[in-house]
Amino acid sequence: MSTEDIPTREVAKRAFATEFNDAGFSFKESDDERAPVYLLFPTGAKANRVFLIGTLTETEDVGEDNEYWRGRIVDPTGTFFVYAGQYQPEAAQELRELTPPAYVAVSGKPRTFETDDGTTNVSVRPESITVVDATTRDRWVVETAERTLDRIAAFEDEGNEYARMANDEYEIPIDQYIESTVSAVESLDESTDELNTASTEGTAQNL
Amino acid sequence: MKNRTEASDIMTDLQTHAAEIAEQFSEELDIDETTVRDRLNTLVEEYSVPADEARRSVINSYLDEADIDRDELSGSDGNEEIPLASIDEDEQWIDVTAKVVELWEPQNEAIAQVGLIGDESGRTKFVAFETSDLPAIEEGAVYELENVVTDEYQGDYSVKLNRTTDIEKLDTDITVGDSATTIEGALIDIQSGSGLIKRCPTDGCTRVLQNGRCSEHGTVDGEFDLRIKGVIDDGETVTEVIFTREMTEKLSGITLSEAQQMARDALDTSVVVEEIRQDLIGAYYRISGPELGRYLLADTVDHLTNPADPEAVLIKARSI
Repeated sequence: MSTEDIPTREVAKRAFATEFNDAGFSFKESDDERAPVYLLFPTGAKANRVFLIGTLTETEDVGEDNEYWRGRIVDPTGTFFVYAGQYQPEAAQELRELTPPAYVAVSGKPRTFETDDGTTNVSVRPESITVVDATTRDRWVVETAERTLDRIAAFEDEGNEYARMANDEYEIPIDQYIESTVSAVESLDESTDELNTASTEGTAQNL
Repeated sequence: MKNRTEASDIMTDLQTHAAEIAEQFSEELDIDETTVRDRLNTLVEEYSVPADEARRSVINSYLDEADIDRDELSGSDGNEEIPLASIDEDEQWIDVTAKVVELWEPQNEAIAQVGLIGDESGRTKFVAFETSDLPAIEEGAVYELENVVTDEYQGDYSVKLNRTTDIEKLDTDITVGDSATTIEGALIDIQSGSGLIKRCPTDGCTRVLQNGRCSEHGTVDGEFDLRIKGVIDDGETVTEVIFTREMTEKLSGITLSEAQQMARDALDTSVVVEEIRQDLIGAYYRISGPELGRYLLADTVDHLTNPADPEAVLIKARSI
């Protein structure tokens, strides 16, 4: 639905926390200073934006002079870290005001930073954080599983340049993402409703 | 004075109910309007039963008498065959000739089939229930559907197939009108120019004002309106969607006048879009409507609140 003269909005890719946190490699596709930075998913896709839903379990102001909020958001496979400071005022305000635990939906930009010991941490700089309910979280888990499996199924395809790039950059057996995806989906049966009450209190879901 | 007016309204209502009931049973039973009205009247006047309940009760007793099922009661004989786009009333018994545009995965055990049917005039959602025990219809085929019932939910109309529905496959094709596009995904962003906005009041203009100025007519005294320019993203494609005032009111639960009040209280119109963002972003929707340039105009919107079905994904995982 986009035409040539309108810059295309980047799709918000879906990945579980375990794959997202493994994605320590990022790259640009042009020398332009303002060219988008892409994170490379180990299952072979580039991501300039992500959308995730999970349980916000902890918020903390880790800033020194200015407020800089960190949120831990847990999905069935691991933990996403989101950071919001003065340049993300709405998201920072959400993290300041939300009381964990709560199901939250986050869209944002992937960021990588290298720690002192040389490992690369991957986090999300949120564009928005909103409270959602348990069924919406479940839907995200199933959707993210589908997208992940689609990437894995296409990994060996000829001409899948991001799969080849992932093959070169990472030494991760791709099968492990099938396992984590399956257990994520299987976890849905057990966990439904555990937080439903908590997360709907904070928001009026009008429809 | 007022009481008398109300009383006579009730009498008129009962008369209407009586006429409809008598008509419904005209084939099966020998009853007349007066008898029906007397029975309704007894329930309503002497026993203080609400008119709707009285109607139900009287119909049920006649059903027993005629030994027929409520499901088989189909209003009067010979429904009107009407174009899908002209459906504008709830609970009408109609006949349609339509092509099955799309079948969706039923999200509920009680539903046998759900999807979109279309004719030259447009598209409409249809539902067939398990209990109706109907033959399945196929995507892409054209059917004559006799005796379907219209349904209304928040201003959107659909048709329900039922046990009495007669399904006949036709050997023709239909060019389905109003090439509506249907998308599904999460609402992940709401763009600027959403919420409470002001439009240029000049005849035929309706441009959205920026800081009180119309790009064509300069500084004008704008008229308030509500809309959402939303971004639906399914992880593979991005679609920008326009929700008109009516749809925005439905989704957000905020009417235009409430929005204006919120803005007056806060001395700021942006409180409206902020509240809408908090309510809507992150939720999943199925939206259909025509494409207008880069935007999809949301004609029908379903908030996808049913739990997702994980089985298909597990099957996919096993096949890799």
